[in-house]
Amino acid sequence: MSTITKDGVSSPTPAKASPAKPRRGVRGSPTFNFWLFTGPFLIGLAVFVYLPILWSLYLSFFEARFTVTPSTFIGFDNYVTMLTDEDFMGSLVTFTVFAVFIVPTTWAASLGLALMVNRLRFMRAFFRSVFFLPTAVSYVAASLVWKMSIFSGVRFGMMNTFLSLFGIDNTAWLASPDPPWYWLVILTVRLWLQAGFYMILFIAALQNIPQEMYEAAAIDGAKPGWQTFWHITLPQLRATSTAVILLLLVAAYQAFDEFFNLLHKTTWGRPPLVELYYKALGESQDYGAGSAGALILTVLICLVTLLQGKFLGFGRGEESK
Amino acid sequence: MSALSNSSWDRRTVLRAALGLTAAGGLAACGGNTGRSSGGGSGKNLTQYFHAYGEAGTEQAIKKYAKAYKDANVTTQWITGSNFESKLFASLLTDEAPDCFEFHPQLQMIESGQVADLTDLIDPVKDDFNQADIQSHTVDGKIYGIRMIDDPQFFFYRPSMFEKAGVEVPQTLEELIEAAAKLTTDKVKGAYLGNTLHSMVNPLIWSAGAQHLDDKNQIAYHTDTVVDGFKQLRKLFTSGDLLLDAPTDFWDPSALNQGLTAMQWCGMWAMPQMQEALGDDLGIFPFPKVGDAGKLSVYNGGWSMFVNAKGKNLDATKEYVKWLWIDQKEYQEDWALSYGFHIPPRTSIAESADKLKSGLPAEGVKLFNEYGNFDNIGWTQASITALEDVLANSVRKGGDPDAELTKADAKVNRELKKLFG
Repeated sequence: MSTITKDGVSSPTPAKASPAKPRRGVRGSPTFNFWLFTGPFLIGLAVFVYLPILWSLYLSFFEARFTVTPSTFIGFDNYVTMLTDEDFMGSLVTFTVFAVFIVPTTWAASLGLALMVNRLRFMRAFFRSVFFLPTAVSYVAASLVWKMSIFSGVRFGMMNTFLSLFGIDNTAWLASPDPPWYWLVILTVRLWLQAGFYMILFIAALQNIPQEMYEAAAIDGAKPGWQTFWHITLPQLRATSTAVILLLLVAAYQAFDEFFNLLHKTTWGRPPLVELYYKALGESQDYGAGSAGALILTVLICLVTLLQGKFLGFGRGEESK
Repeated sequence: MSALSNSSWDRRTVLRAALGLTAAGGLAACGGNTGRSSGGGSGKNLTQYFHAYGEAGTEQAIKKYAKAYKDANVTTQWITGSNFESKLFASLLTDEAPDCFEFHPQLQMIESGQVADLTDLIDPVKDDFNQADIQSHTVDGKIYGIRMIDDPQFFFYRPSMFEKAGVEVPQTLEELIEAAAKLTTDKVKGAYLGNTLHSMVNPLIWSAGAQHLDDKNQIAYHTDTVVDGFKQLRKLFTSGDLLLDAPTDFWDPSALNQGLTAMQWCGMWAMPQMQEALGDDLGIFPFPKVGDAGKLSVYNGGWSMFVNAKGKNLDATKEYVKWLWIDQKEYQEDWALSYGFHIPPRTSIAESADKLKSGLPAEGVKLFNEYGNFDNIGWTQASITALEDVLANSVRKGGDPDAELTKADAKVNRELKKLFG
């Protein structure tokens, strides 16, 4: 960079100071700097992640009710208990049903919103904000609004009021698993909360697609619309789609708040974390069985992640495609 | 240009600022809203846990009592939400455990050494307590908690709606189901038993002439009549005459007050709110009989004060608990009768309470005395959950109650073995 003088002639930028001599002592040491920057993170990781996992492993071999410092060793009993527990195994089915619905639905909804918002010629920022705002709402607050206002079972619940216009009787959306209306409540609340966030990811990816590709396709006779979307847009979004699906799956595994608040104390509709909460941290306070369940779940998540990486190719470099 | 941009922000300045912020944060935390009663006492710092009561003024009342205690600073944690139990249990495992807390008598807390023996506090006034309350807090002759309030639960109903539908107060569960059908209109449902229906478990067992456990602490709830009771509740659940998924649960009087239902299972605590909303158009009746050998029943719930046996200030806490829940009769009466209606466990207070001497409150006391059933201290959280699951699976999900009770038997027996060997 240069500066302008009175004469309008640029004068040369002053030469940079000569590079500082390498510092002596620990402050100049790359090893020191490495530990300086990664140390706090590693300490946090050890204290808040690895230590609890190890403690959980320890607890899983003990009779640990109402205590986290147990003394009665019971071997693999807690694992047997959890693997033969209908409720725990049922929670894995609940998760599967949930993931099968929520992952593709959110993917499609967020991609659809992104395409729609991206094509807008005016008020694009406004609509982007409108769809993104639910991301800022807490799951607990949204669940309560869904439960007490929109899907309340009384006649003045929003959905029942709407349906009554068509002569449909009040529905108790969350009271009974037969028919399982509770899935409608759970899926819509999560869709509302999540779609905006993934929409932003897709918008960013859409804006990265070179316009020339569409122009070249048009010259080659590709029709705008579905054909262009299928043959150009979608393949170009492959990396983002894979990341979105992975994030959605991880989020589905972590599902807790809406299930816990919408289906309070039911025996159905419990994903693994809710089931483990009731088992370990809820009123049962069985930390041994809860820890065993948590470790079983950890192994399962690792397996699913590895399989997903194998099938979807997440994390593979361009050259391996 | 702001002055800031002229500042020289070197690393040391940033570090100093960061340290300053950290220190300020720490100080702010010290002065934050911890729930402590300000300017109240001196000496020891004690913490007490309360669940959030629905009646207006209760939080202020508890904090007022704590502030009036001069021998210690008492901090109140007023725990909102529906998970008081799990929050309490989890905190009792940590150094942040409360010194005293309210809960229900449960043997597992005594077995695991979580609650202190309060016999020496209660013994001098033992005879002035409701003896069923004393019994429900006693193990091997030692008393582990002080009852603060007794909360009978029964059906509240709208006599005007009963009259209009030509319905008599039901004496049996069949009659209750028939009444619910007659009372149901396109605007009003016949009955409301809560969103989870969990509050039906205990009265169903007692009204079927059974008990949770027998004298030898063995299962006594699994009878044919109880099975039939669950089947009848399923019939009511699927009849379309039951209010389901109401915005608030059974403990809140809104469903009855707003005209959503003609009868509602609720507690006496809500009676003042109901009387204010409905005037004289309000009646109560116990849970009806289930089967031929059945009997009317009322669930005498309530809350008791316990002292954390592992607390750092055990003696000071016992002093505070004795001061508030044994010595301060004025506060005990205020707590029981100024916000909602609860029956004071102290006989002398209950007998002198004018608010309970006439009208519907007096009738509530009568039902409490005639048909009341108290918690069994051996019926702990794991067993409670086991039978709640039976209700969920058989009444709400449509499973076979007998098979569900058999599954619960295994869980309850496992719990009983841990408690009694």
